Amino acid sequence: MSNNQVIQVEGLTKMFGDFTAVNAITFEVDKGEIFGFLGANGAGKTTAIKMLIGISIPTAGKASVAGFDVFTQTEDIKKNIGYMSQKFALYDDLTVKENITFFGGIYGLSRKKIKKKSEALIEELGLEKVAHQLVGALPLGWKQKISFSVALLHDPKIVFLDEPTGGVDPITRRQFWEMIYKAAHQGATVFVTTHYMDEAEYCDRVSIMVNGKIEALDTPKKLKEQFKATNMNDVFLKLARSPSPPDSN
Amino acid sequence: MSIHISNISKSYKKVKALQGISFEVKEGELFGLIGPDGAGKTTLFRILTTLLFADKGTARVAGFDVIGDYKSIRKSVGYMPGKFSLYQDLTVEENLNFFATIFGTTIEENYELIKEIYVQIEPFKNRRAGKLSGGMKQKLALCCALIHKPKVLFLDEPTTGVDPVSRKEFWEMLKRLQKKGITILVSTPYMDEAALCDRIALIQDGKILEIDTPEAIVKHYPKPIYNVYTKNMYQLINSLNEYEFNHSVYPFGEFVHYTDRRTDFNPKDLFQYLKSKNLLDITIEETEATIEDTFMELAK
Repeated sequence: MSNNQVIQVEGLTKMFGDFTAVNAITFEVDKGEIFGFLGANGAGKTTAIKMLIGISIPTAGKASVAGFDVFTQTEDIKKNIGYMSQKFALYDDLTVKENITFFGGIYGLSRKKIKKKSEALIEELGLEKVAHQLVGALPLGWKQKISFSVALLHDPKIVFLDEPTGGVDPITRRQFWEMIYKAAHQGATVFVTTHYMDEAEYCDRVSIMVNGKIEALDTPKKLKEQFKATNMNDVFLKLARSPSPPDSN
Repeated sequence: MSIHISNISKSYKKVKALQGISFEVKEGELFGLIGPDGAGKTTLFRILTTLLFADKGTARVAGFDVIGDYKSIRKSVGYMPGKFSLYQDLTVEENLNFFATIFGTTIEENYELIKEIYVQIEPFKNRRAGKLSGGMKQKLALCCALIHKPKVLFLDEPTTGVDPVSRKEFWEMLKRLQKKGITILVSTPYMDEAALCDRIALIQDGKILEIDTPEAIVKHYPKPIYNVYTKNMYQLINSLNEYEFNHSVYPFGEFVHYTDRRTDFNPKDLFQYLKSKNLLDITIEETEATIEDTFMELAK
């Protein structure tokens, strides 16, 4: 195993009854890489991510995440990754500071470390004025930025972002991506899904899933050349045109 | 006028959800309400569909007042809320039958209108709505909103969280409904969908930023805009943000859209600056503004 690959997946498969949700996918993700994980609704992205973050045991194949096995070391995986999505973010009826403290505790950080980290985070995001306000009262864009920072609180090797920018205004969406670049620049690996095809261009490499299989995987530039497309939206439309079965997902 | 909105305001405690909104939607028009979460889109939809009272202002839909004639409005409009609101425990067919009955009609009577959409979910007509995939739920919800042949159709973020392929198909469907004479007011956070509307209103923080055709809105962009490319995107963004003459710096796919504060801006100066920051493969080319550029400029 190369030390530089923080995610290694080989023939990973998940079946539900006789339906194959994820069909023998194989790929690697390097340390510090921003990896875009794209696909139509129902293509199998969420099922694949659930296996990678240790909350769903695969039917077949093998995979390691942050050096740990997805079959046998799921607890170690959870400790070494960060996760955020639109659906699972922060607690609305806790304040900003309480949320940070709570998640710090969940990730097993010491009180001293939580204090230090939360002060740094609040300063970095310019949240001094709202630190003691309930998160529920904040605009969505702020919540998403705080949520991302909280996912990085325990210095995970990899952070999984599941549609982190859905519904966010265009300026905040771009500020969010500057945070992603910064995290990657500092050595974190970013695994991200999105339905905004301009965001796919910001990734170092992009994979596109169609009906449970990875049908394309390369840099955005090479994918555009390969599919003779001017942008990633065209690449996506050309690849994902084949209709997915309606009973999937 | 199919929809007439005059000076509508609505607050929830301290939050001003809508602040003096006015606009009109013509009969047969496909009108887009474009803005992020929290802009006030859903509040406006709920006022227009008679589910919520405005604090101030008046509105008419299909010729009826939203307060005085609310019963007539409910008979003449179709509403597809952002959140899936059908009965999860009823089957596809039962849901559709239920809504048809409520409106005093039958599936057969207006089948022509929904046919094209319904045939795609008909194979699953005995499946419970809760067990459908996202795309199928969306199609069923649209059928239910159309079953009584409404004059005006309200679609609140029908494509949020939907992949680009399904989004494209959904918009093709809307275009065909429009051809059948239905007025459509649709909201979306995806700026690229704005180009598919006849006219759009850009909305943020309860205020309308601009109303016009997508083509005209783009033409109003006040500055020349440049596509900047270099090898390292992160360094490029940082360098441009540090550049003292920048007006706006926004990543756009593989490029950064850059505008300069100076009226006599020469791209060669920027080229030299980026070169001095050791960036490689620099290209700077003038480009056309998009709806998203315009939105960000107005929202600044």
